[in-house]
Amino acid sequence: MTEHTLLEVKDLKVQIPTRRGVLTPVNEVSFTIGRGEIVGVVGESGAGKSITGSAIIGLLDRPARISSGSVTLQGEVISGLNEEQLRRVRGKRIGTVFQDPLTSLDPLMSIGDQLSETAMAHLAISREAAREKALQALIDVGIPAAESRLDAYPHEFSGGMRQRVVIALALIGEPDLIIADEPTTALDVSVQAQVLMLLKRLCRERNTGVMLITHDMGVIAETTDRVVVLYAGRVAEIGNTEQVLTSAKHPYTRGLVGATPNPANMDGDNARLNQIPGSMPGLLALPTGCPFHPRCSEVMPVCKTEQPALTPLGDTTIACHLATEASA
Amino acid sequence: MNDSLISVQSLSRVFDVSKPWLNRVLSGQKRQTLKAVDSVDFTIERGTTYALVGESGSGKSTIAKMLVGLLKPTSGRVHIDGVDLTNASAADIASTRKRIQMIFQDPYASLNPRWRVRDIVGEPIDAFLNVSGAERTRKIDELLEKVGLSSKDGAKFPHEFSGGQRQRIGIARALASDPEFIVCDEPTSALDVSVQAQVLNLMRDLQRDLGLTYLFITHDLAVVRYMADHVGVLYLGRLIESAPRQELFDSPAHPYTQMLINAAPRVDGFGRMHEAADGEIPDPISPPSGCHFHPRCPQRLDACRIEVPVVQHTGRRAVSCLLHGQS
Amino acid sequence: MASSRLARWWQSDVMWSWRRSPVAIVSTLLFFALVAAAVFAPLVAPYTPFDPASLNLMDGFTAPMQSGLGSGNMYWLGTDDQGRDIFSAILYGMRLSLFIGVMAVAFAAFLGISLGLIAGYFGGWIDAIIMRIADIQLTFPSILVAMLIFGVARGLTPPELRDQMAIYVLILSIGLSDWVQFARTVRSSAMVEARKEYVQAARLIGRSPFVILRKHLLPNVMSPVLVIATISLALAIILEATLSFLGVGAPPTKPSLGTLISIGQDFLFAGEWWIILFPSITLLVLALSVNLLGDWLRDVLNPKLR
Repeated sequence: MTEHTLLEVKDLKVQIPTRRGVLTPVNEVSFTIGRGEIVGVVGESGAGKSITGSAIIGLLDRPARISSGSVTLQGEVISGLNEEQLRRVRGKRIGTVFQDPLTSLDPLMSIGDQLSETAMAHLAISREAAREKALQALIDVGIPAAESRLDAYPHEFSGGMRQRVVIALALIGEPDLIIADEPTTALDVSVQAQVLMLLKRLCRERNTGVMLITHDMGVIAETTDRVVVLYAGRVAEIGNTEQVLTSAKHPYTRGLVGATPNPANMDGDNARLNQIPGSMPGLLALPTGCPFHPRCSEVMPVCKTEQPALTPLGDTTIACHLATEASA
Repeated sequence: MNDSLISVQSLSRVFDVSKPWLNRVLSGQKRQTLKAVDSVDFTIERGTTYALVGESGSGKSTIAKMLVGLLKPTSGRVHIDGVDLTNASAADIASTRKRIQMIFQDPYASLNPRWRVRDIVGEPIDAFLNVSGAERTRKIDELLEKVGLSSKDGAKFPHEFSGGQRQRIGIARALASDPEFIVCDEPTSALDVSVQAQVLNLMRDLQRDLGLTYLFITHDLAVVRYMADHVGVLYLGRLIESAPRQELFDSPAHPYTQMLINAAPRVDGFGRMHEAADGEIPDPISPPSGCHFHPRCPQRLDACRIEVPVVQHTGRRAVSCLLHGQS
Repeated sequence: MASSRLARWWQSDVMWSWRRSPVAIVSTLLFFALVAAAVFAPLVAPYTPFDPASLNLMDGFTAPMQSGLGSGNMYWLGTDDQGRDIFSAILYGMRLSLFIGVMAVAFAAFLGISLGLIAGYFGGWIDAIIMRIADIQLTFPSILVAMLIFGVARGLTPPELRDQMAIYVLILSIGLSDWVQFARTVRSSAMVEARKEYVQAARLIGRSPFVILRKHLLPNVMSPVLVIATISLALAIILEATLSFLGVGAPPTKPSLGTLISIGQDFLFAGEWWIILFPSITLLVLALSVNLLGDWLRDVLNPKLR
């Protein structure tokens, strides 16, 4: 862990006891986020990306719980904190942006009040100063005529504007880290681009680290510095975004990139999307060994029995026996 | 080249979105209408895929519903292989119906959860084809195998399948009445990328094998680029540009099309900082005057606020924009 | 095959939650014990209380656990003024109460489900008419509605048939006072279901509204109906008892639990407490077990609470 490391997630394991057995939606996930770094967490539904986010900020729905591993924020372990301590971490040190802006906003409170109350709670400043800060926050996220919008309520904003307000709310406590879970999935393409560019610009300016959870490879490519690819609760590949997307080493990442339509593979009548057979296994019926092996085009006998460890291969790090074989 | 299967002429649909009568009287409001689709024209050639792209409020799903007969147009005509669906005899409409099918967006809501797969796939067979018993069973098995499932799956219920497999069941149902034309309403927007690829490839294979004609409705330009032969771009109910795929992506003419293509995230767009277009889609109940796009348009002229642009045809491209060859 | 089905049923979510809920287990066992006792009343009851030939007037007002003065027979729960065995009378009365309750709920459910499906699927003015009628009916207490319908129907039946028809009139009036619950619930589920794409897929191929309602919508709106039916059964049994208690229900020649309570009331202050107490306890236990069962079902079938 270097001094630039902001967040370190180490061997994080989340388990949910159910009557049909114990589910492990997040299994030994490790990654770091540096100061001012945007790290994408990408995966298909059921990969465990949202639960990883919730586990980091201590918002797991019962009966899910962190069963082992740790989350360290600026050298302080936050995974064992109680609810009271966690509340101080959320907002002040970690801001959150969710897919549906209405879950983060109080419908009965004006935008200005929500922003200034949050600022007062986290920054210990006066009401006037907080109001001033709220106005500046709205201007920063590009709300037109911000001064007159301070007293407006969430329902008076359009979807894109609401998501901007949520970003203002997440940033107003001057957190070191933002966790954004599918922040633009509910928005139209043109608005999505605006919101993503805004998030990226603000975090760069303030040196805020971002964990961006998404299923969209295009968003990952355009927005993030590094990417963590999750599959069935485990890290499949981790590395620099451009290297992962252009020269993926894990067969799953390669399949995922090939399955995403893009100008390079789409034009021409004979173009064909690469397809990965089957679909993500359910948590109740995880395959033995590497969870990807039943769908993998390069499956080896060892894949069926042993879970591969994260091993560097070329420019990226992958959990695949192709890498363990190569390094052996 | 002139072998068009579907021809849509000045198709419009207006919805009454007023408050209930008593509320209107009490608060003195006028009736409110929403022009979801505004004089849309296009033709689809046999065996090709026409994609309609648009964001929310563009009217793309309303057009789909009018084409399959779930909604009546307010005005305009829909011809299918020469039969005017808006003005045909009941018998003609009934016989045309089996030639048109639809693939839906939501793999969870589009299959009746209480029905077995073989009954879901068999329903159009019962409605249109005069087969029963062993032949019906054989046809259902064949359909399931055609979409990459096994005939054993017929005895299962929808909840036993993943999203992608459910969408395959939906495709099998759409194929059951041996249609020629299939309207696909965002068929992969609820699916994961790796599964989307399977379904898109399957749809292309089926088109090639069965000579199907598709109307593909989507908001996803990347999918359009993969699936479409010809693309129409909708904005607030109006068709603002239509062109063959390659032409549209290589040289988009309408500023909205340009913005849309530019805003879509690209897998090869590493670290791209693009200045996305201003503003958001206006409320379709009270759209901007003149060209609906003018408040957001970086190239707007004064006239755009007043004048509704007329469609200009150049080759196989049609554009509605004052920048393009208007007098 | 059959045993694996049974095993699967036993392992299902509903049965799993049943096994973990003492309230559900107790109320189910109680309810089925009462139903069994009522259904097999002719076999279980020690006497035939409504056969005048078997009554011994000398046994009248025998206290519980005493032998009658006339016949010397043992009466567990005592006898009434005519020497009728209270225990046997309760079994027969419960049989009638349950029959009326079940039939009334079945009638209300049929009416409510049909109207609710039609209102929810077609919407517009059809929906407005059906639901306004339901609203108007809800502004009257159900006992009033039932009494009104009972009175009108009785007025229309010839006097010689009145006692015979009373039970069917009772079923009709309780059923008509209770359909609104079903209609409202079914309508709101039907509205949600009707917008789903599987219904569009059926409309698209020209299936008739009747086929869509019966084959597509009906199976998908049934789980809340089960909950309402259970809770309605308790209400119907109580409503029937109330009507009979007020003398507008089951005739004394064929008494239900309510009629028994009504009869017993006359003797309460004379010291013959058992004539009213035991039928009342039976009614309480019956209604309570059905209600608890309904509450548990609602919790289990409501996906939001799981």
